[in-house]
Amino acid sequence: MADNPTPDLDLPETADAPAAKPKRKGVKRRIFLAGSALLVGGGIFGVWWADSSVKTKAKSLTVGEGEHGFATWMKIAEDDTVTVYSPHIDFGQGSHTALGQMLADELDASWDKVAIEQAPADLAFANSALAKGFLPSMTGEFAAGLIPDAVIGMMARSMPLQITGGSSAIRFTGEVAMRRTGAAVRAALIAEAADRLGVPESELTTVDSKVTHVKSGKSLRYGELAAGAAERSLDSDPVLKTRDQWTLIGKPVPRRDIPAKVDGSAVYGIDFTLPDMRVATIAAAPVRGGKLESVDEAPALAVKGVEKVVKLDDAVIVVGKGYWQAQKGLAALNPTFSDGGNAAVSTPAIYAAQTKLRAGGKPDNEGGDGDVEAAFGAAGAKVVEAEYRVPFLHHAMMEPFALTGHFKDGKLTLWGGLQDPLSTRTKAAKAAGLAVDDVIFNPMIMGGGFGRRFPDLVEIIDQVALLAKQVPYPVKLIWSREEELRHGTYRPQSSAGLKAAIKDGKITGWRTDYAQSGNAEGEVPFIYAIPATSRRHFAYQSNQIDGPWRSVNATQIGFYTESFMDELAAAAGEEPYRFRRKHLAPGSRHLAVLDAVAERSNWDSPLPDGVGRGIAIVESFGTIVAEVIEVSLNEDGSPKVLKAFAVVDCGTTVNPLNAEAQVAGGLIMGLSSAIGEQVTLDKGAVVQSNFTDYPILKLAEAPPVVDVHFIESGAKTGGLGEPGLPPATPALANAIAAATGKRIRNLPVLTQAKA
Amino acid sequence: MAIAFSVNGKPVNVEAEADTPLLWVLRDDLKLTGTKFGCGVAACGACSVHVDGAVTRSCSLAVSDVAGKAVTTIEGLKAADGTLHKVQQAWVDAQVPQCGYCQSGQIMAAVALIEQVGTPSDAQIDEAMTNICRCGTYPRIRKAILAATGAAASQGAA
Repeated sequence: MADNPTPDLDLPETADAPAAKPKRKGVKRRIFLAGSALLVGGGIFGVWWADSSVKTKAKSLTVGEGEHGFATWMKIAEDDTVTVYSPHIDFGQGSHTALGQMLADELDASWDKVAIEQAPADLAFANSALAKGFLPSMTGEFAAGLIPDAVIGMMARSMPLQITGGSSAIRFTGEVAMRRTGAAVRAALIAEAADRLGVPESELTTVDSKVTHVKSGKSLRYGELAAGAAERSLDSDPVLKTRDQWTLIGKPVPRRDIPAKVDGSAVYGIDFTLPDMRVATIAAAPVRGGKLESVDEAPALAVKGVEKVVKLDDAVIVVGKGYWQAQKGLAALNPTFSDGGNAAVSTPAIYAAQTKLRAGGKPDNEGGDGDVEAAFGAAGAKVVEAEYRVPFLHHAMMEPFALTGHFKDGKLTLWGGLQDPLSTRTKAAKAAGLAVDDVIFNPMIMGGGFGRRFPDLVEIIDQVALLAKQVPYPVKLIWSREEELRHGTYRPQSSAGLKAAIKDGKITGWRTDYAQSGNAEGEVPFIYAIPATSRRHFAYQSNQIDGPWRSVNATQIGFYTESFMDELAAAAGEEPYRFRRKHLAPGSRHLAVLDAVAERSNWDSPLPDGVGRGIAIVESFGTIVAEVIEVSLNEDGSPKVLKAFAVVDCGTTVNPLNAEAQVAGGLIMGLSSAIGEQVTLDKGAVVQSNFTDYPILKLAEAPPVVDVHFIESGAKTGGLGEPGLPPATPALANAIAAATGKRIRNLPVLTQAKA
Repeated sequence: MAIAFSVNGKPVNVEAEADTPLLWVLRDDLKLTGTKFGCGVAACGACSVHVDGAVTRSCSLAVSDVAGKAVTTIEGLKAADGTLHKVQQAWVDAQVPQCGYCQSGQIMAAVALIEQVGTPSDAQIDEAMTNICRCGTYPRIRKAILAATGAAASQGAA
């Protein structure tokens, strides 16, 4: 069929291949299942814009008097206001503004008349663009191109897909849905104007939300044309603008959400309030896998303002007049929990088990090409080996989990910030024993996420669903920071053994054996041209729940690869930048990015004594990023980051201001995690408790300026929320090695600086 | 107990246990939710307010300790006619916030710093701005503070 071959669609290398067996990565697994089901249902045809019942439902939710809806994604009011509905949540990455820019540019809408709103958490707004974006990794590009969009839309609604993550908003939703919707609606407005003015469409132009007939000087406003245009069928494959025609894409448009974030008026999930609402807080079993054995409720009930104690299978909740009262009540309790048989789990025990697993030589998955053993054994080959370790990491979103629930007349209504509103409803419905239609979810803005707010791994949904059914009033459950830190879905604790052979100044074979829960193959490309490579995954699951942490597997794999690359450069007697160059394809985007960061950082310039410079390059989520860090050491041995440079090729930047913020923020988060962050386990429980023993980088420790430069290569649009992070850690470690001679192979750095 | 103080220039009387942190009186009782909860142990600064002009982490200050004092929150920074405080305007101009959750506290800390020292040096900014931002907006925070005081942002080297 292929009336929509998705020419601009980036082909992701991010989702797990079907062979993967991620233990708790519900999101990816579900997408894989979507792929299978799509192939089964591939014979169904229909219109791409959604079937009429879906459109009717979408309109009933969003389109009011004097407004006209198009394709569920947008509406035009008679006063010319264009409202764009984003199926993605904006937790500060600026994607709402950027998606609005993409649609408005194709529509030729006046930017000051464009509003961007969160799409309701309803199946009618399930994101078929996202399904399309992730699909090719399961079915292959060719097969994916053959599947009708209507089927993808149907699958998205039955999955359902309203996910924010995988750096997907711009490259999938923006490219597939927003630009096409804008272009198709523009065409419908032109057609309507042509009929009304009695002139050929070819004589009409659009600008500033008006269709103009230049010859006669007549023009019609979009608001005047909307009613008629909305009755027309939309072109499923409209002509999109070329880069030179863009007026909004690529421009540093100020973000729409910022004014409310500087005067305290922005209402986050934790700020939500209702008359008669109570506030609750919770303590779950300290050892993950443990259950609540007993608790004497009396001490909490004796605290003024405490109203109720609710026992869950693995947690105890205290409900009070406000958070403080609930917290005080909880602190008064002395609950006992079982350990679920996990009392022997500890950080050293996990590393030991992973080392043993790798030594066993029976990988669960293998990627790569060529005969590495032959390369290692070749005459004259110099073989280098090293072991690396990274700890569990806490997401540390600044807004702790908070979700309000009200169970009334058989229906559960929820308010809060989660990455996938539709699956939030599904999960809550399951926990509460309700039909999905009896759960209403009102998505709110979020104080960060970084991978923590994917509903599948968010226990507060189940907790609130169970709690709300036991109380007659609305109740807001807030997790303390301690609860947040100790019951995370962490970046996995992971370790790796790397081995490579060098001959005649070049790497001839490279093996990475890594042990952790999830398989990274297919997600993090190996970018160097080396004759023989092997990447082997050894699946290891502790009692913790491993989740996606900003940039997912690219953090640890990037750290392993790019640190070891410097070790190999040293073994070959070469400096790290030129050694990398030798192993990147001539004329490649990777090489251009690497050269640009070397140039911007003045790589060859001399440095003062005690200052080191490190370089690293990682591709993730379809985007290539190289970073250079300059570092010295403080008196206590901790690193002091002096300068930071990033060069990025994500194809096209939609909003340069946002793009720079995402990359600089990712780089700083990478430095923060590398320098001081770790979640460790003792007797099965998390040792750390709060920011006092889980240090996040502060302003004084961050580079004063992050120099971010974009190469507008025009290649397929890559993600930006995550790719700025992975190179920061190895670039820092490489800089420390350059400054001190000390190679950092275990994170975080601070655990070794003080030794 | 009844505790009287002022918030953003208006007198308030609250009925609260003496040990209740000011943060929760502001948020739960007075419904001023611009001041955020981040850690509860004065480690992150999301709850920063001014008490008699001094920046204070309200999650760890008992409401009884502010009796008779003047509390300013993020909601109280704007002029009566709605004009943004110059620091808030600098935040908009530099497009500082990402998720925005910590920014009330960051702005309150920056306003106090500027009120205290006028035009802060980089070193004074380093020392005063100890609030955590997980999104990593620090370079733009520095830029906005310098812009608010008419100074240009530094270029890299510490």
